[in-house]
Amino acid sequence: MSIDMAQFHQVFFEESFEGLDVMESGLLSMDPGEVDDEAINAIFRAAHSIKGGSGTFGFNDVAGFTHVMETLLDEMRDGRRPVTHEAVEVLLRSVDVLREMLTATRDSDAMNEARIQAQQAELEALLAAAAGDVVESAQLDTAVEPETVKINGWHIVFRPHLHMMRTGNDPLRIIRELAGLGELQVEGDVSLLPRFSEFDPEECHLSWDLHLKSAVERSAIEDIFDWVEDDCDLAIMPIHDAVTTEVPPPPVAAPVALAEPAKERRQLQRRVPEDRRTQDRRAGGSTASSSIRVDIAKIDGLINRVGELVITQSMLSMLGEEFHLGQLDRLRDGLAQLDRHTRELQESVMQIRMLPISFTFSRFPRLVHDLSAKLGKKIELKMTGESTEVDKTVIEKIGDPLVHLVRNSLDHGIEMPEQRAAAGKPETGTVQLNAYHKGGNIVIEIKDDGQGLDRERILNKAMERGLVSEGDSLSDRQIHDLIFQPGFSTADQVSDVSGRGVGMDVVRRNINELGGSVEIESEAGQGSAIIIRLPLTLAILDGQTISVGRETYIIPLVSIIESIQVRQEMIRLVAGRGETFRLRDDYLPIIRLHEVFGIENPQASDLADGLLVVVEGEGKRFGILVDDLVGQQQVVIKSLEANYKKVDGVSGATILGDGSVALILDIPGIIRLAAQGAGLGDYRKTA
Amino acid sequence: MTHHEDEGEEYLTFRLGDESYGVDILKVQEIRGWEPVTRIPNAPVFVQGVLNLRGAIVPVFDLRQRLGMPSRGYDKETVVIVVRINESEAEKNIGVVVDAVSDVMRATIDDISKTPDFGARLSTDFMVGVATADDKMIMLLDVNRLQPPEAAGEAAEASVA
Repeated sequence: MSIDMAQFHQVFFEESFEGLDVMESGLLSMDPGEVDDEAINAIFRAAHSIKGGSGTFGFNDVAGFTHVMETLLDEMRDGRRPVTHEAVEVLLRSVDVLREMLTATRDSDAMNEARIQAQQAELEALLAAAAGDVVESAQLDTAVEPETVKINGWHIVFRPHLHMMRTGNDPLRIIRELAGLGELQVEGDVSLLPRFSEFDPEECHLSWDLHLKSAVERSAIEDIFDWVEDDCDLAIMPIHDAVTTEVPPPPVAAPVALAEPAKERRQLQRRVPEDRRTQDRRAGGSTASSSIRVDIAKIDGLINRVGELVITQSMLSMLGEEFHLGQLDRLRDGLAQLDRHTRELQESVMQIRMLPISFTFSRFPRLVHDLSAKLGKKIELKMTGESTEVDKTVIEKIGDPLVHLVRNSLDHGIEMPEQRAAAGKPETGTVQLNAYHKGGNIVIEIKDDGQGLDRERILNKAMERGLVSEGDSLSDRQIHDLIFQPGFSTADQVSDVSGRGVGMDVVRRNINELGGSVEIESEAGQGSAIIIRLPLTLAILDGQTISVGRETYIIPLVSIIESIQVRQEMIRLVAGRGETFRLRDDYLPIIRLHEVFGIENPQASDLADGLLVVVEGEGKRFGILVDDLVGQQQVVIKSLEANYKKVDGVSGATILGDGSVALILDIPGIIRLAAQGAGLGDYRKTA
Repeated sequence: MTHHEDEGEEYLTFRLGDESYGVDILKVQEIRGWEPVTRIPNAPVFVQGVLNLRGAIVPVFDLRQRLGMPSRGYDKETVVIVVRINESEAEKNIGVVVDAVSDVMRATIDDISKTPDFGARLSTDFMVGVATADDKMIMLLDVNRLQPPEAAGEAAEASVA
């Protein structure tokens, strides 16, 4: 090949991984009792594309393996093979192996030959077995075309779509290749040609009726039409002796006989629906891709917004050229318009980075399916809100934590069927994954109707580990929070699913790093709910501006519980040094920000002069003493590390309206700084 | 002055009190007048804070304090030189506060002599050498070494020549 094919590899891999996703979700949703025509076709087409593409690029092992899958799928969609539960499982496993093969090919890694051979053997065994059993299947009500009738030719109806030639495919070349297979009779149909004056030479208005006298395999003919499959209507019918009969159509259809209606049915199958469901596929592999697919409508919206902005800007510019005070009102209006358009533009741009969370959720049906089988439990997964949109980075990073949490639910939450029955619950447990927008955040819930968190066991485990002492009384919240401690697990046996106890603290940390929070609610015997809150975008933050001395800082709103004015009677001292204040049922420690940050001349050195901002970080609650609350605003997060380095207690910076820089506080970091000794409050300073 | 068409690099020279220093002009991004910066908590004493450089957050170091000299107040002549440095293959911008900016001077390899060694009394890690112009000794700095050391341990090492 004189062209360097390597540049096309990336596209091939991206599309192939997407195709694998289509196959997997199609297989998972396939119900052997009721076969959906369209679904099987979609799965077949995906396999077919992968086979074709890998063959073209010379990835012959992938092509070979996929060919076996494709043969199986072809038989299924033709109705020559029943869709059984076993077949679906074999195919699902094959999809896994194929995914590994593609990943290995893409990363130039070695393939696990043994596994591939084993899986291929499984596929071939299945193929060999059921070939003759079709008649017994419940799905078919028509008899199979007896294989013994000799096929001595093929009748091919070839109708290219208008644009087919633009894809670089020449019908003439295709017909020539067909002629190479045997004696070919061609009848062209020019009836659809438009008038000469309207004729576009790049469009194809012709169609052909071809009769091939040759006993070749159907696949030989199909291969010739491989590249144009999606761009034409194609019908291939075998010619037996005198009569042109039809291979039995797939189950749902009308019975055999007439070539005409059968031909149309074929064409219907071949006419690929345009919906390639681009939005619902995720990038293959676990590595984040650095590109993103965006809905055209969003881009158009962006272009419109920029247009409006330009108009406003030129209007203001004109105003500025010969400005006099009488035009002040117009100036104000113009600026208000500018404000609005800029904000709309900002929202539009943020939308571009947003993708539906179905990207992350899509792996869960398979996970639940496999895991419940492995654990011997009956579990149903319900998902809602898959179209909720989230920032791309959030989607990529929330995947693993979610997997861990769902696995926990399945492993520890949902009980074995017998236990459930004994408790009067339905044998099949339910796990719900919900996603929705609320209050400027995205909320993801994982709910199960399992056994809930066992207070006693958690307390005991915590006491074993010295996290809690005898006689400590903890609220439910605090007990649930213990789960997030590193190394904590009440599982009696460490299964390879979960139980090692390294997960939950990492999960919480990952979620916190995304600027979010996670909570658990639970009722013993009824079930648990894990609620994750995440910001809609990582670049913008809702913040509370505060001042201490002459410095201004921003506290992320997501960390703030409330702000209160402190009264002396609310303060209590611990061991003469630590200050705490009472908030409803709890005593929370006080952090003096000016001490943690070494700020001179704070206005409020006396607790009663300042305000306490009650914050939560990593499960702990504190009150931070500040001078004043300045306001709430959305700020754009700028990196401090880009030019400087990471600073403890600071997560980033932003530029305020007056051009000055304000630092954004990292609440867990501040709590750590305070714990290290700075700023826990010197009791002498209180009156 | 003899012409030095063959080689040599240009250095932006500036003053700290009576002393003259120079930095490779290709590393200078811009020169700004002093403006108030936002303080960074718990930072080394020579880190004045950060400022907004057209949307990017850039740290500002007081060069006097960085070199261990006493600091002086900032006035109308005080200048911030924004330089481009390379830290582990990432390009960063930092600002250094100096008393005043002088000329651009050209120097070849021959013009540059080795930095005098003051032993343990004074660390001269950030100097690449010394040049002479108009009877003045110009100490040439390596901007990449001006970033604060990562840990306290390093700082202790840096002050021992």
